[in-house]
Amino acid sequence: MDMLNHNQLRQGTRVEIDDLPWIIVDAQFVKPGKGQAFTKIKIKNLIDGRVIERTFKSSENVVKADVVDKEMQYLYNDGEFMHFMDPANFEQSALDEKQVGDARFWLKEQETYLVTLWKNRAIAVLSPPFVNLIITKCDPGIKGDTVSGATKPATLETGAEVKVPLFVNEGDRIRVDTRNGQYVERAKD
Amino acid sequence: MDPSWRPAATPRGLAARAATLRAIREFFAQRGVMEVETPLLGHAAVPDEATRPLGCGGMFLSTSPEPAMKRLLATGCGPIYQITRAFRDEELGSLHNPEFTMLEWYRPGWNWEALAREAVELMQTVLGPGPVHEFTYAQLFRNWAGVDAYNDPEARLAAMLEGPVPSGLDRWGLLDLLLVQRVEPVLRTLDGVVMVTRFPAERAAMAVIDPGPPPTARRFELYARGVELVNGYQELTDWQEQAARFEHANRRLEAEGRSPLPVDRNFLAALRAGLPECAGAALGVDRLVMLSVGATSLGEVLAFPFDRA
Repeated sequence: MDMLNHNQLRQGTRVEIDDLPWIIVDAQFVKPGKGQAFTKIKIKNLIDGRVIERTFKSSENVVKADVVDKEMQYLYNDGEFMHFMDPANFEQSALDEKQVGDARFWLKEQETYLVTLWKNRAIAVLSPPFVNLIITKCDPGIKGDTVSGATKPATLETGAEVKVPLFVNEGDRIRVDTRNGQYVERAKD
Repeated sequence: MDPSWRPAATPRGLAARAATLRAIREFFAQRGVMEVETPLLGHAAVPDEATRPLGCGGMFLSTSPEPAMKRLLATGCGPIYQITRAFRDEELGSLHNPEFTMLEWYRPGWNWEALAREAVELMQTVLGPGPVHEFTYAQLFRNWAGVDAYNDPEARLAAMLEGPVPSGLDRWGLLDLLLVQRVEPVLRTLDGVVMVTRFPAERAAMAVIDPGPPPTARRFELYARGVELVNGYQELTDWQEQAARFEHANRRLEAEGRSPLPVDRNFLAALRAGLPECAGAALGVDRLVMLSVGATSLGEVLAFPFDRA
């Protein structure tokens, strides 16, 4: 079991507390003058997303979570579970909608995603920061309007809805920022 | 390109640092307090459970200029101040940097109350005028944590904490955590300066202790916007008591599985030769600069904080 000391409790570090995996979203070192030092961390549960706070004495160690991110290929959705495959050994993992979280809006078959494994069990999916997707439905484009800033709704091949500029057409491939769900540009390839 | 070669501080933060250092030197020049310099690298360290010194080539980087400045005071040098670096291992956060700038000054013949008033004036010179709120340590806890710091059972103190309580905290550790969780958020909402007095004897460090009951230290702290800025004492002049406190601290270090620290014999010899009755205080210069520009993290006023050092 890998242990972390208080200096290693930083934003982004994944820890195991109460037999569950968490990611540190905020860490604060506090020490009243001539007194005991503490590290206060705000942690987000990697399975259900709830956020809690914990305080540790600076002399305490915290267990590092046995968590790895593995590149896996998205295969299909059977209506209940979304199935991924490790291209190295063809092992498959299934995750439900809650575990896949916001990444479900950007899942395209054959594409590669980062799947988080905790003790070899898939618990979360991370999309790449940008994905290129085809528009399957939107109002016809208004030619030449590249400056007005006005937008219209468009449905993508994954079923996600994004706002796009007026000049974009059905069938276009567009680049989307998965972190905020916003249109970036028409895909160049 | 990785931007971490650049300063973390804003140009305004760097200018505020220069202005604050100038204001401090001007403040003491007008009052006839002499600036001194003492070594950063020493053969001894101060045994203290709350502070970890950084070793350096078999020696120690200074955690505070206090022992060296008291050696000067014992020669009858008169009032002195120093602006220096202090090094403390494992202290890193928005209000801590392992290497930081400290102002330390001493007033022979003064009591701690007079020194506290001077410290408030110095703070106001940099931060501007405002009200001064005074509380004893016990009052802080009675007012905002709803506990009697000296008499409530430890189980009651623990019950007032948020979330699971870290194991192995004694009464004073529980109070440290209550201070962070319950008291400091209230101090952040008060204007001007907050003065805290009468600390428990267990948090006295090098201050004179009044027997009580409960025994309390002649120690004060000044806060601004919830940030601890100044710590001052009626200085302990009894060399045997000082030696006993070092011995006690070293035994506590050993009990925690840490190495005892070599005691500063020159410092104890100076106390034995005769330290004049005096009051002394330390001020965190980086924090003062931070508050003067309305920043909330030291990174905004340090050219190169620890992660860029």
